[in-house]
Amino acid sequence: MKTFKLGGIHPAENKLSESQPIETLQLPRKVFIPLAQNLGAPSVAIVKRGDEVKVGQLIGKAEAFICSNVHSSVSGKVTKIDNFITQTGYKTPTIHIDVAGDVWEESIDTSSEIKHEINLSKEEIVQKIKEMGIVGMGGAAFPTHVKLMPPPGKIAEFLIINGVECEPYLTSDHRIMLEKSEELLIGVSILMKGLDVKKALIGIENNKTDAIRILSEIAVKYDGISVYPLKVKYPQGGEKQLIKALVNREVPSGKLPLEVGCVVNNVGTAFAVYEAVQKNKPLIERVVSVSGKTLEKPSNLMVRIGTQISELFDKAGGIPQGTGKVIGGGPMMGKALVSIEAPIVKGSSGILVFDEKEEKRLEPQNCIRCARCITVCPMGLEPVLLAQYSENEMFDLAEENSIMDCMECGSCHYTCPANRPLLDYIRVGKNKVGQIIRNRGKT
Amino acid sequence: MNLLTISGSPHVHGDTSVKKIMYGVVIAMIPALIVSIYFFGIGAVKVILISVIACLFFEWFIQKFLIKGKSTIGDGSALITGVLLAFNVPSNLPIGVIIIGAFVSIAIAKMSFGGLGKNPFNPALVGRVFLLVSFPVQMTSWPIPKPLFSSVVTDAITGPTPLGIVKEGLKSGETVSHLMAQLPTYTEGIIGGIGGSLGEVSVIALLIGAIYMLIKKIITWEIPTAFLGSVIIFTGILYLINPEMYINPIFHLVTGGLALGVFFMATDMVTSPMSSKGMLIFGLGAGAITVIIRVWGAYPEGVSFAILIMNAFVPLINKGFKPKRFGETIN
Repeated sequence: MKTFKLGGIHPAENKLSESQPIETLQLPRKVFIPLAQNLGAPSVAIVKRGDEVKVGQLIGKAEAFICSNVHSSVSGKVTKIDNFITQTGYKTPTIHIDVAGDVWEESIDTSSEIKHEINLSKEEIVQKIKEMGIVGMGGAAFPTHVKLMPPPGKIAEFLIINGVECEPYLTSDHRIMLEKSEELLIGVSILMKGLDVKKALIGIENNKTDAIRILSEIAVKYDGISVYPLKVKYPQGGEKQLIKALVNREVPSGKLPLEVGCVVNNVGTAFAVYEAVQKNKPLIERVVSVSGKTLEKPSNLMVRIGTQISELFDKAGGIPQGTGKVIGGGPMMGKALVSIEAPIVKGSSGILVFDEKEEKRLEPQNCIRCARCITVCPMGLEPVLLAQYSENEMFDLAEENSIMDCMECGSCHYTCPANRPLLDYIRVGKNKVGQIIRNRGKT
Repeated sequence: MNLLTISGSPHVHGDTSVKKIMYGVVIAMIPALIVSIYFFGIGAVKVILISVIACLFFEWFIQKFLIKGKSTIGDGSALITGVLLAFNVPSNLPIGVIIIGAFVSIAIAKMSFGGLGKNPFNPALVGRVFLLVSFPVQMTSWPIPKPLFSSVVTDAITGPTPLGIVKEGLKSGETVSHLMAQLPTYTEGIIGGIGGSLGEVSVIALLIGAIYMLIKKIITWEIPTAFLGSVIIFTGILYLINPEMYINPIFHLVTGGLALGVFFMATDMVTSPMSSKGMLIFGLGAGAITVIIRVWGAYPEGVSFAILIMNAFVPLINKGFKPKRFGETIN
């Protein structure tokens, strides 16, 4: 079975919600839609206080290249455009909407019928994806249309679809693969057409055998799409690791996957692309896993963008007593949230609750130079060294030792027997080194 | 609802800990411990107990009164140093000498650098070598092993180690084939029963411990393989040049402290290189130095010196041999 070679760990999977079908969350009374939901520039609000909006109406317009449109996820009235707390921990410009009814834009096909035929041309597909505000739904939220526009001289050979979901707890991609298999594969075909590639590879970790079986069965009907089971290993969902696992190519340091002829998209993104292109539906809702050992009912919920996290807990049996930490995303790379009032955004794949005991960090001890962090680093770095350089502000040495290649997967910290907060230090170092590099460019 | 905790990812931790690793090593030493008590009886028990208690005491004392920090004797590393030091000395070593050894190991070789993880040299080996050069007579009078329940039991009879016999014999001009008659068989070397320090007595007991540590991923294959490999290659070359002047590789493998050094001291994670390539270099170097000392040096045994010398090279090796970075070469 395929997998990547260098490093990797196997954390407890804890896929508590894997057998829970996707349920639609009831409409919230209010939504809070941040204008900055994607990697890159924020969009610009084109509605104002008091405006009536419909579901799917454009409310934030992308004006930069790496930027994406934002649409209203509900119908109702814009009450204000103001800073609001988000999952990043910062307050950013957000459109507040009071929900009234559920009126959709007429252009959106809301029927459940599956539309197979792809009528749009390559250019029209890219345009449509851009218009509908599709971003990478695995977490990074990189605008999808940008990925479909390779810079001159770079040619995509393979479309790689990420169905790995290597983060513990998260099951939203798994459920999409099971419940929206046909739509997903049509979405993949659309992406192939948009990218002008003949081959698409779907990589799925072998702990989701049902998804592998179903997709392999249906994929026979589609030209050029094949499904590959992958050995379970974290962080296989990392772009570079997935490419290595599937086509055995290594993306060079500091370069994009296109350098080796690959474009990677998440299964959630492929489903959103299907809806955008075939159904004319903007990205206004997504599947979110709500999970945690103390939660009464771990679930997979279809949630409108802008719904507050606190509303999701009601469906999952309420927020448990003694909750010490709420995480946006998976336990390995997710962010600890400041407030459960923050809204769900396009990149929210899961919300986890940890009780007070689980969230406790263990006390750091002396490094015993066991080199386990080096063994598990999927980028072949020396986390112990990078952390020391950062701690002692030796940023030139940190840069020399490729600190910027770190993708913050957390395998080093996870595996350190002395509980040293390696990634905390490395993050600080990356930040500083990044600054130094940018300043160098200016002079 | 309570306030939420904010911290950087990852939010989960694997089930490894320093304690688990250290006590894993302790478990791996149990077979050799049992065999040494079997062959050396009460003398072995005495040496081990005194060494362990002294090591724990010195660490506790220094941590409490000099460093003024939290006690670290529970982490298991002082216990390992205690047992390893005992493994490296003869079973009839006077109590005072053992305590001096423990002091040098813990106080000088470990705590003066800042405790666990900060020492450049293996503490037990520093202690042993200190004793070897300071108390050469006591450190080289080896009681002849007597199985626990055998009829003749006197602790007083001492004899040279096989490596000592070879060294002295060759020096006085005898040939290997002539010396062979005085040497124990290889089987004795593997199963146990040849003269030497406590922990050196049985290769097979050490091997069981080593396999346990490999399975538990406490040690990795690189250092033992490179170390043993280089001993075999270098002694093999010499043996092929002149089998009457240089004894064969198998003899080198089963005698002396090689197995103990290879599996329990060269692999000490604190004092060995971090990258896979670095570990191979480390093992190779240690093997070569061992052979040089055994064949041409003043001492019959060179494992401790070899490991200590290679310990000194570790920072340099770490600098010179980086792991292969992802995306370094495009295939």
